[in-house]
Amino acid sequence: MKKQVVIIPCSGIGKSLGTVGRVAMYKVTDHLRPKETRTACLPLLTVGDAETVQLVRENPCIAIDGCPAQCSKKNIEASDGKLAHHVIVTNVLRENRKLKPEGVIELNPEGDKLAGIIAKNIAEKVDEILAGKNQK
Amino acid sequence: MTLAKDKVGIICCSGEDLPEGTISRVATRLVLEKLRPDDTVTLCLPLFLAGGEDERAFARVFPTIAVDGCGKKCAEVGTTKYSGKPVATIVVSEIMKKYPQVRATSHQKLNAEEMEIAREIAEEIAKKVDEILCSQTK
Repeated sequence: MKKQVVIIPCSGIGKSLGTVGRVAMYKVTDHLRPKETRTACLPLLTVGDAETVQLVRENPCIAIDGCPAQCSKKNIEASDGKLAHHVIVTNVLRENRKLKPEGVIELNPEGDKLAGIIAKNIAEKVDEILAGKNQK
Repeated sequence: MTLAKDKVGIICCSGEDLPEGTISRVATRLVLEKLRPDDTVTLCLPLFLAGGEDERAFARVFPTIAVDGCGKKCAEVGTTKYSGKPVATIVVSEIMKKYPQVRATSHQKLNAEEMEIAREIAEEIAKKVDEILCSQTK
């Protein structure tokens, strides 16, 4: 089976930045790189689901975290997953200070724009990873 | 983390790979934002593993309700593993059996039918919140 990049956002439910990461992931897996990427449920890693643990060990992973708690990255690392790239939404927001993301159930347009910026960067990173660059 | 009395913690799976995970997430937020904002709190499920003792103390202090998208019950299992067993568990895929005509397909944004189910699940969560808080005052 062709190798895919597994993109796992934290999906933090307390802040809009968790939703920004989640929407960014769907933009990549559904639209920008649907054949090259997939996602997995982060909670399955949290509870140690064998199939999901195997998935992150056998495929390069990109973690998208809403805040510095870095739940996605830490859960992938705790599962001995292949972390190839890590994005923290607050860092991207710092570079785009004019955007004010709001909403958890549904992002406002500025949050969606921030998710789009992150998704574009991740899609480029996916190409690099699959071309054999930047692998840890 | 500030702990307050008389709150119920709602912990949902938010599973990324299934539409039911998005329904669990939306239903939970509807309770937190609209139905029982003064009576409920939440915690990101992956924070149980990534966080510290404060996060793990959460479910030992608050009664919790797990809201799971599928039968793997990650919210229930994770909360039990790192803190304490939830008082109640709601499984979206079980509730959806009442609506065989609806096949959940949306990941990012729920359609009207899926949103209606999320609202019904939110009502069910709110009812359980009331039962838990009522039993605590007896």
